Amino acid sequence: MTRVNLALLVLIGCVAALPWFGGAYALRLGTIACMYAILALSWNVVGGFAGYPSFATAAFFGFGAYATGVLLSDGLPLSLAIAATLTASLLLAVLLGVVLLRLRGHYFAIASLSLVEVLRELVNNATDLTGGGMGLNIPLASGSGILADATFFFFAMWGLLLATALMVIAVSSSKLGFGLACIRQNETAASMVGLNCTLYKSIAFGLSAGFVGAAGGLYAAWVHYIDPSDVFDILYSVKPIVMALMGGLGSPLGVVCGAFLYLGLEEVVWRNYIQIHSGVLGVLIVMLLLLLPHGLISLRPGMLRRKPKHV
Amino acid sequence: MLVAQVLVNALVLGCLYACIAIGFSLVWGVLNVINLIHGSFIVLGAYLAWGLYQSLAIPPWYALLVAAPLFFVFGYLLQRSLLNRVIAAPVLVTLTLTFGLDLILNNAMIYFFKADYRKLSLHPSMGSVSLFDVVVPVDRLIATASALALTGLLYLVLRRLRVGRAIVAVRLDRDAAVLMGVDVKSIYAIAFGFGAALAGCAGVLMALIFPISPLTSSTYLGKAFVVCVLGGLGSVSGALAGGLLLALVEGVGSTLIGPAHATTLSFALLIVFLIARPQGLLGRKGFE
Repeated sequence: MTRVNLALLVLIGCVAALPWFGGAYALRLGTIACMYAILALSWNVVGGFAGYPSFATAAFFGFGAYATGVLLSDGLPLSLAIAATLTASLLLAVLLGVVLLRLRGHYFAIASLSLVEVLRELVNNATDLTGGGMGLNIPLASGSGILADATFFFFAMWGLLLATALMVIAVSSSKLGFGLACIRQNETAASMVGLNCTLYKSIAFGLSAGFVGAAGGLYAAWVHYIDPSDVFDILYSVKPIVMALMGGLGSPLGVVCGAFLYLGLEEVVWRNYIQIHSGVLGVLIVMLLLLLPHGLISLRPGMLRRKPKHV
Repeated sequence: MLVAQVLVNALVLGCLYACIAIGFSLVWGVLNVINLIHGSFIVLGAYLAWGLYQSLAIPPWYALLVAAPLFFVFGYLLQRSLLNRVIAAPVLVTLTLTFGLDLILNNAMIYFFKADYRKLSLHPSMGSVSLFDVVVPVDRLIATASALALTGLLYLVLRRLRVGRAIVAVRLDRDAAVLMGVDVKSIYAIAFGFGAALAGCAGVLMALIFPISPLTSSTYLGKAFVVCVLGGLGSVSGALAGGLLLALVEGVGSTLIGPAHATTLSFALLIVFLIARPQGLLGRKGFE
């Protein structure tokens, strides 16, 4: 376990102390912070480690939300529904990955973008199962009071974040992580020395999608109502990328810091400039890419052993 | 007769789709940048046409003459000042940058024009022509003819003019173009300006037919994606082929299995094409 990974776990551990310091608002913010961190960490497996510009996060987030929503409506308990969602997203992504990950660069980016569109339209049109454009109401899990409910979902999301972080750490220190780094640097060469690139990329894609799907499922159970344009919002694909770029591509600690910082900025902007919030987000993205292309973690490269990696 | 009507509709719509996609294809081909602002440029062009007609009663076909230089300058400056700084960066960076720029432009349009749907309705309305049982509104015919004319104009510029040949040279081989004395930076900016001008003009034409709202920009962008991939990057004829194919698939698809599934069908086709034939129907390396 490297020092950076330890720092990551300590940071996540600190977040768990939140319920003792804040009220319902802090809990809500904390839940979203954990969710964003899960999305960013998961994206980082494909986008940071393997260097594939995936815009499919929203597709699996929405898929997970609807899978859990439908399962909960059928009366399944939450834990079982989330586990099933995680498995289903993982399998779906591995299968799609075998096909889609043959594409590179722009073509992969466009294919993953259109995956979001296809899934959204499918959900929109499968009115019997998903409610279509009317959205899906999800039954309340318990009746134990608002604050207890909020605390429960905060810890559920936090637990999922911890699991995601452990997954990312395991990947980065395993043969899989090494293989992904090889693919990022030179895929043709990696394939020449006998690396099964398609398999490695598909596993990475699957792992990334599984946790995103589970996060989508928890989100659905938490907010009790989802509709296609909400959970298949393309911003769910872009935000993790911005967080990762903000924190430092390829570094799990940087990515999580980026997610928290992004949420802070987003809250400030939402609260003060609701009319122009997406414009401000755009300005932020442009400034970030032009002025700080390697992220926060590149500000003090000497302090951390792992240097930020190029895209 | 239904078959004939579907085919004619596809032909009319297909030329418009080609016009939407052609600037996008030019920028993607020459600069190797997926220009996500394209959809918002189109909507902005539509607002320009709407504004000119509402305030000065200038009909949209004259608005083209205003839109083209205006958008060219806008695109040129945008490329020179911002995009040029990251032009050599990986896909992720350029894509995210244009996404950020799109957020800014789209939010600005929502702020100034509101998200309401508006419609440019000509007075008096132009009616429609019918041949046997096939009916086509005249304004649609004008838009289609203008779209074809714009497409042809780009073809001529790339084929005949010095600057067009330079654009093609940069697309074919950047380094060789530099050695031949082409100023690549300004060619990039000019190509982006052309892309923006074509998007603005496409928007003016769209205003004749479709309702205008900032929220429609992602639809236009999606069409541009699909057309580029279907037809293949790198040629004007590819964009035309892609546009016609997309319009045909959508038309036939919505007649057979219902309009709700048309979008799903076109994106599914996109993914199939990406995997099976990434160079598209008529794709090749050069741009004309």
